[in-house]
Amino acid sequence: MNERILRKKLRSLYGGKIDFTDKNRMRVMTGEWNDWDGIVKACQLAVTGKKDIHVVNNIKFTGAPVPKMRVPSLRDSALDGKKPDVLIIGGGISGVSIARELSKWKLDVLLVEKEYDLALGASGRNDGEVHPGVDLSKGSLKQHYVLLGNKMYGDVCRDLGVPFSRCGQYVGFDRKELKPFVEAYAAKRRLVDGVTDTRVVSKEELFSAEPELSKDIEFALYNPSAGCVCPYSLTIAYAENAVSNGVTLSLSTAVLSMEVKNGEIVSVTTNRGTVYPKIVINAAGVFADDVAEMAGDRFFSIHPRRGTNSILDTKAGAFVRSVVTVKSLGKVHGAGHTKGGGILHTVHHNLLVGPDAVETFEKENHATNPESISTVFAKQQGATEKLRRSDIITYFTGVRAPSFEEDFIIERGRETHNLIHCAAIQSPGLTTAPAVALDIEKMALQLLRCYGIKPKRNDSFNPHRDAIPHLRDMNARERAELIRKNPDYGEIVCRCEEISRGEILDALRSPVCVPTVDGVKKRVRAGMGRCQGGFCSPVVMKIIAEYLGVPLSEVRKGSEEAVIVFGETKEGK
Amino acid sequence: MQTLYDVVIIGAGPAGLAAAVRCDEKGKSVLLVEREARLGGILKQCIHDGFGLIRFSEKLSGPEYAERYMDMLKKTKVDVTTLTFVTDIEKKDGLFELTLVSRSGVTAVKSKTLILATGCRERTAKQVNIHGTRPAGVFTAGTAQNLTNLLGQLPTKKCVILGSGDIGLIMARRLTLEGAKVLGVYEAKSTPSGLTRNIHQCLHDYDIPLYLSHTVTRVFGDDRLTGVQISEVDEKMQPIAGTESFVECDGLILSVGLIPENELAERLGVQLDPKTKGPVCDQNLMTSVPGIFSCGNALHVNDLVDYVSESAVTAADGACGFENADGEFSFIEPDGNIAYIVPQKIDLTKSKSEVCFYFRSRDVLDKCTLTFSANGKTVKEKKYPFLRPPEMERLVLSLDGAGLKKGDKIKVTLEGGKK
Repeated sequence: MNERILRKKLRSLYGGKIDFTDKNRMRVMTGEWNDWDGIVKACQLAVTGKKDIHVVNNIKFTGAPVPKMRVPSLRDSALDGKKPDVLIIGGGISGVSIARELSKWKLDVLLVEKEYDLALGASGRNDGEVHPGVDLSKGSLKQHYVLLGNKMYGDVCRDLGVPFSRCGQYVGFDRKELKPFVEAYAAKRRLVDGVTDTRVVSKEELFSAEPELSKDIEFALYNPSAGCVCPYSLTIAYAENAVSNGVTLSLSTAVLSMEVKNGEIVSVTTNRGTVYPKIVINAAGVFADDVAEMAGDRFFSIHPRRGTNSILDTKAGAFVRSVVTVKSLGKVHGAGHTKGGGILHTVHHNLLVGPDAVETFEKENHATNPESISTVFAKQQGATEKLRRSDIITYFTGVRAPSFEEDFIIERGRETHNLIHCAAIQSPGLTTAPAVALDIEKMALQLLRCYGIKPKRNDSFNPHRDAIPHLRDMNARERAELIRKNPDYGEIVCRCEEISRGEILDALRSPVCVPTVDGVKKRVRAGMGRCQGGFCSPVVMKIIAEYLGVPLSEVRKGSEEAVIVFGETKEGK
Repeated sequence: MQTLYDVVIIGAGPAGLAAAVRCDEKGKSVLLVEREARLGGILKQCIHDGFGLIRFSEKLSGPEYAERYMDMLKKTKVDVTTLTFVTDIEKKDGLFELTLVSRSGVTAVKSKTLILATGCRERTAKQVNIHGTRPAGVFTAGTAQNLTNLLGQLPTKKCVILGSGDIGLIMARRLTLEGAKVLGVYEAKSTPSGLTRNIHQCLHDYDIPLYLSHTVTRVFGDDRLTGVQISEVDEKMQPIAGTESFVECDGLILSVGLIPENELAERLGVQLDPKTKGPVCDQNLMTSVPGIFSCGNALHVNDLVDYVSESAVTAADGACGFENADGEFSFIEPDGNIAYIVPQKIDLTKSKSEVCFYFRSRDVLDKCTLTFSANGKTVKEKKYPFLRPPEMERLVLSLDGAGLKKGDKIKVTLEGGKK
């Protein structure tokens, strides 16, 4: 929106309480307002449409206290004085994929993540769809990388030993008369935007693939390149591969401040000591603008957006075999800033239903709300009548990290020179990650050369990760052979997901060991099933305690503060 | 272990143990499969008393009750395999082929009949629509009981219990005895879900308040639970806006219902009753798949273990007398005042002179009459001074004189004053 009109509009909407100034390729919003949605709306109105000019939100929110970033209680000096070539901030899919690509080079790479495990932000809290890119027009970074990333998925997942299914996506329409428009839309996507295989399919073709869908659907847009992956499995796998190839990973490590001199980051202080990196990569998700601020390079703002998904019992898995979403007339483009949500058959044969999209000022509030479930179900029940809330086994909320321009920010620092931003990564950020990581690898090498570092190839780099065996998927002969070698594989601990003691011990011995109940759950799925760990959690706790040689009261659910039991009962003493 | 058995029993809790002993008495070859290291199922962690009053005319603890059967089992020829998990069952040429996984490998076993004694699982927080964060400190009552009684660990110091089901009540007392503060038991229904005796012995005797028509709607805490939101609910058990209050606590114990475990049964095509969530069975507790029998809490959630064992004996007798012939069925049609009734059908080709029915009323009813009728004729009428949903009722009757023919409906009605 141009300056004059914007000013007029802001004045009429906010009574002069919100204003802006344009400087240095930034549109800086100022003032104060007590309603968060109002602030988001003002910033959205202010978007210039020019790719490199970003809205920076300095409007003071007075409606509620904005929570500070949660920082681990741990304080030590484990990293103090380290001088890595590259410091990557953030253990989400962006950070770990960049780390893994950089591990192809003889470099000292340090990745810090403030949580006790990887993928605890948006990377672990999304539906795992590998997007076809059909909803994006040419010109954005999102669109550029989604096509590249999508094509890479088969190879990446094979290398990293992560299950991936190219299950396809059907976007169903309930009005016949829309067909010519959707045909034209598909043609444009094929010819102009590079989604070469998108096409409109008839009702018959749709129902031969997805027989349980609502008979109200008249035709569908079919995207064979769509797929799904377990997003935290992929994040953990990337990190394990990076660590096996020499990257140093430090969990429970939060960046607290930076020392910047003459446009360069000199040191980065964490709760585990101060480090002196040559270059820094900002992959801090919802906190990417805070990290940019610390680095003296804040030229964009993140506006957090929550999304909630429900996970349905594997019994419901038969109702949808791919990714399905429905569009009703009048809502074709009315879904807001989400792909509209849908129903997805996961690689573990659950159904995932969601997500919705709600603006929030709380970057780390992962609490769920009943309204989210209702909204999503109301919407998706149009796709199949078989969808029942009683099949829900659990639900979760993630917080997306978009900029107001709603595109990725992948560029070198503007004011701070030894910095690369991989920021404002939101959907389809999981799909794009493998491709973005390759480009950031190149950018980092180039930047390092500016500092006189010309890394050699890491000759011992092994792109392949040995995954923990998943015995349930094996035939009897393979399974028997593994049990013969290691009888722990024959002792089933998690009955819902059929996970053995051997697999749990493998998780504890893996390259990125997170010896907590949730750490084990994320790695081998013990506790992921319909009983939600009711039966197996005491056994998993015992296995962890025995492995670590600690009393049960030392075993945690997740973070250091997530105590499960308080020690022995009275009689035990 | 043999390769072919007359009966394979899955699950060695009170149902499986009783079924195994009975099948052995009848001279059948039996394999009892248990996934845990020790026999007894959930009884192992039920260290309170009150078990066996009917079966043994004695007040036993859970482990003692299980031990009685384990002692009987020792005298039998039953093959027992523990730490063994059934991963697959197929029906081929009239035999069931089971795949068993254990520390010794993958074993295939065949059987003429199957008894599913797989028990039940607990409903979880998300299945009762509790929202908020995902902290440590939210336990199902059974998990809390396991931690307390089997691992000897204190799962909470100050807690709220949601649901007045029996395990919740038992845990209220148990945690109090261990020094934890139980702030209250909250129940969404307007009447308690557990046995009256447990309301008295576990709550009243320890001054633990019971809040009816209240539920937990939200949990708080990023790491460990810091508190819960309580809401009052309306007649449809929906939270009433504006009634929310916050209770500070470090534990939330859920006793919000049990779900019979029938995933194996469903995979075999066994038809389930949406009311019981267990298989639809005939009077011998045979399911819709000939040769597969169901008993105990996998069949329906029982109130007393004694009935669990009793139904196991019925299923065992059914399995031992199984002949692969098509049955001719009459169907039980309960009215709306009956929450459920088991069995759901009668095989007219089998003995029906002593059919054991288990049922529960939907609501609390005073002075009511249960009537069985077929073809417009009353078969049986029984008066009850009162009926309460938490208390399961048992009724043995003969259907010999009812003149039942294939496809006939047996209507069961419950009439009386609602409280």
